[in-house]
Amino acid sequence: MNFEVIGTGHYAPENVVTNDDLAKFLDTSDEWISTRVGVKERRICTTETTADLAYQAAMNAITMADISPQELDLILCATISADDVSPSLACTLQKRIGADCPAMDINAACSGFIYMLETAAGFFERGTVKKALVIGAERMSRLLNWNDRSTCVIFGDGAGAMVLSTGNSYLSSKVFAKGNTDVIRIPQMHGMSPFYKNEAEEPYLLMNGQETFKFAVNAMTKDVQEVVEKAGLQEEDIAFVVPHQANLRIIDSAKRKLSIAPERFCSNIERYGNTSAASIPILVDELNRDGKLKDKDKVVLCSFGGGLSSAACVLEWKVR
Amino acid sequence: MVFEKLAALVADHLGCEVEKITRETTFESLGIDSLDTVEMVMELEEQLGITIALEEKMATVGELADYIESLT
Repeated sequence: MNFEVIGTGHYAPENVVTNDDLAKFLDTSDEWISTRVGVKERRICTTETTADLAYQAAMNAITMADISPQELDLILCATISADDVSPSLACTLQKRIGADCPAMDINAACSGFIYMLETAAGFFERGTVKKALVIGAERMSRLLNWNDRSTCVIFGDGAGAMVLSTGNSYLSSKVFAKGNTDVIRIPQMHGMSPFYKNEAEEPYLLMNGQETFKFAVNAMTKDVQEVVEKAGLQEEDIAFVVPHQANLRIIDSAKRKLSIAPERFCSNIERYGNTSAASIPILVDELNRDGKLKDKDKVVLCSFGGGLSSAACVLEWKVR
Repeated sequence: MVFEKLAALVADHLGCEVEKITRETTFESLGIDSLDTVEMVMELEEQLGITIALEEKMATVGELADYIESLT
């Protein structure tokens, strides 16, 4: 016994930033960003907080699930950009929606959402929860160096959520990490201790694009093959692959290495950019609301990112 | 030997004759960007059974071949 998905939701800030908008203050172009990354526009917060994004996404999922927030037994948030160090985003959100249950955040960078599903599956397996709210929410714009054209053009802000209930949809999974501090790193705030002697670093994202690409393509290819096999399925049984929306070129490269039909790989990076832990639940919600997901469809979710971490799972979709 | 393998990969990637690729050919002139280069390096890693860390940008096919040769 684990869970099934009974509601999905997403939310992104209203402010749309196009590639041409970025070219006004960066030495870049729509052509460069479109061909290297696959992003056309992204949503960037102006006044919304991470909790605002998480709240709207959560309420959309809760409304679809047709439950009251008081029925929730667990709230998990995957994020690396919570508004506060403490309380956790999950606790801030809990206050807003009025739930009475344990709540905590999980940091596995872009792989956070699947790490969180794996965590939730454990709670369901032990029978300690019957309804859980899981949310990936990020305000990546806060963590970017907006003078670095090689990174800031990639990311965007947004949130996606799912309400889980007892079921048997989580067919197989893999969570993986390979400790590394060179390829992707976002230093923490330096602080003001008069005793700390180390040099201050700017708290903005640093990334080696080529090494990230290599790790991502290898991880995605291997993880998808492994979870499909663990679920006792063949690659042709997979209805949809929902990959973390990091870079369209990563998805295209992994697509060529897998034997799943290319049209089954889903993408919305052109409209949102890379929203880190929020990208998978945003995309699943769009597919769900468009009526693309049919009963018993086998859906592979896969992600990779800072850590270096990667994760994948197979969900058997249930239409309610 | 690495150059021949790399040239074959480049030609395959572009769908052109391998004879058109010389040691002096720049990736830029072929319209090959940094991520295309990584994809080819990943192919070579599989073929040669080595790990190639990409630290600096290589301008020509010959420079990249020499760098990979130095690792084998």
